[in-house]
Amino acid sequence: MHADPKGVLTGVHFLDGDHACCEGTLAAGARFSAGYPITPSTEVVERFASRIPTVGGIFIQMEDELAASIAIQGAVWGGAKAFTVTSGPGYSLMMEHIGYAAMTETPCVFVNVQRGGPSTGLPTLPAQADMMQARWGSHGDYGIVALCPSSPQECFDLTIEAFNLSEEFRVPVMMMLDECVGHMTEKVVIPKAEEIEITPRRFTKEPPEKFHVYEPKENQVPEMVQAGAGYRFHITGLTHDERGYPNMNIDAQDRLVRRLQDKLKPLANGRGLCETENLEDAEVVVVSYGITARVAQRALQLARRRGIRAGKFRLITAWPFPLERIRELAGRVKAFVVPELNLGQMVYEVERAAAGQAAVLSVTHAGGGVHDPEAILNAIVEAARL
Amino acid sequence: MSEMECVMEIPEDAFNPVEPFLRMDRMPHIWCAGCGIGTTVNCFVRALLNSKADLDKVAIVSGIGCTGRVAGYAQMDSFHTTHGRAIPFATGLKLANPELQVVVYSGDGDLFAIGGNHFIHAARRNMDLKVICVNNMIYAMTGGQSAPTTPGHATTSTAPYGVFEPAFNLVSLAEAAGASYVARWTTYHVMQLARSMEEIFKKKGFCFIEVLSPCPTLYQRRNKMGDGLEAMKYYKKASKIRHGAPTSECALTKDGEIVVGKFVDRDRPDYLELLRSQMVESLGERYAEPEMACEDAEVTCSL
Repeated sequence: MHADPKGVLTGVHFLDGDHACCEGTLAAGARFSAGYPITPSTEVVERFASRIPTVGGIFIQMEDELAASIAIQGAVWGGAKAFTVTSGPGYSLMMEHIGYAAMTETPCVFVNVQRGGPSTGLPTLPAQADMMQARWGSHGDYGIVALCPSSPQECFDLTIEAFNLSEEFRVPVMMMLDECVGHMTEKVVIPKAEEIEITPRRFTKEPPEKFHVYEPKENQVPEMVQAGAGYRFHITGLTHDERGYPNMNIDAQDRLVRRLQDKLKPLANGRGLCETENLEDAEVVVVSYGITARVAQRALQLARRRGIRAGKFRLITAWPFPLERIRELAGRVKAFVVPELNLGQMVYEVERAAAGQAAVLSVTHAGGGVHDPEAILNAIVEAARL
Repeated sequence: MSEMECVMEIPEDAFNPVEPFLRMDRMPHIWCAGCGIGTTVNCFVRALLNSKADLDKVAIVSGIGCTGRVAGYAQMDSFHTTHGRAIPFATGLKLANPELQVVVYSGDGDLFAIGGNHFIHAARRNMDLKVICVNNMIYAMTGGQSAPTTPGHATTSTAPYGVFEPAFNLVSLAEAAGASYVARWTTYHVMQLARSMEEIFKKKGFCFIEVLSPCPTLYQRRNKMGDGLEAMKYYKKASKIRHGAPTSECALTKDGEIVVGKFVDRDRPDYLELLRSQMVESLGERYAEPEMACEDAEVTCSL
């Protein structure tokens, strides 16, 4: 279906990433947000608070991130599309409810504008050090989707994608911005509503007496209902059976938890988003994401000028990680260079995918700024010499 | 064979009027003999019956703990959420779907320790939620640890030499935070409790009922207070109905007087009314009423 024109600010704008992300939520059909202020993410909800009363929805500023991250899930079961926004310390507090969303298969979006950590860290400065937390931060096994925009335009586009994927797979989807992308102002083109594809919520067509709230349907994803529609369904964070009733035995746990991961397989195999350049003849491939991909672009240019056959693999869907594609590349390149604004996180996934077939060089940065392109270039040069 | 078993013989066609309100396929429930939670659920059902509530439009939200299991037995849209977070979940649910009667049903540890911040803020906002707190003065599900409601001198598994921290006075806290309706009953007061519940179903805004309830397994036994029946005798003897009593004078103690009754019943605009009037004042005709349900032409929900 197409976007509801009420939320779509069609036109050419000059927006920062946070504001573009907010416009993405509105275009995607989000009409509820609960938030708690935290730098450098607050602009997303500030804009939402200003825009939503004329679009037809509610923003509520909650008492903390625990409240914000569960209020959105109440709203989803009430029938709304909903999201929350935060940064490092708040993201840590939201982990419990990322797990709840995964366990209860509540479609919702968490925007994390990453700053330096750990703890209070660098409130106003960038990092990409929450990438593993996004994947593994809540306890137990589960699956999520994480998208990494590199520009304000992508903050808009990918936010819509985030909502669409959350509805399709019924998982919490993470928008993993970083402070640079969040605060960078660029041209953002917002198309007409009829040009924006929206994935509708997969409401069941079964009558209440035949409906089981967690019966796996198409692609192992159960169908949604909303409160007040006569289904009298039950939702719990306990291990549950297809009726949604607590069922704490080994079989029920195995069936449920495996499905929570397995349902994302279509996205892991082929449908993940990435941007590639010059991979055909590449001997060295730079794998990066977010703001770092833009710094790496300069290093790639310099490397090509020096005659090094360097290629680009920009992760857009960071989770599920494109294991197969990196593994395929590993069979025909010398090395991967992985710059990140952290001390090495996604590089572990690259190593796992490469499985020894190609060398993997990590270019770390503790956060607070971006890499010097020279540092990435040096790693490319070193990799080419291997 | 005990005398009780003869008395308890149930004819096959017996029908308990609470059955349509409960998920009978989940019985038996997990609560211990003598526990008061089931009694409160009976009162809740009676209140729903008497108020002729449309169960399709009632949602119940619980946190974690013994009382947190109530949502799992209620035959309506029911949500067993995370520890302490029933109120913010219910807040989102209510705002997205204001036609729902949203009831929060949880325990004292859940609502007032880990969830205490959410409780006071929802009361401050006068969110249209009906909060029922079963206060057994202890963390029961986890084995009898101290709660913020455990009275002084009681012993618990984490205060084996006696509790010395002052306890919260829940009704006073609720009033101070802004609740529109505040009452307290015990599980002895089944008629009054059911009537109070019926009353809050009709009242707008943040309504709070504290129900003092025995935990024979972990609180009564450890404190040598007898079984569930002993608790009823104590509640009967020690309770004084004092409607309108100043809540600050209604603190509970280990074995002292229990002041029960309706303490607060006041009218304040609720959150959604406040939101609307502020937006209309600021935005005039530009204000768009919230329409939050997903617009989806393909939805063919038959109801």
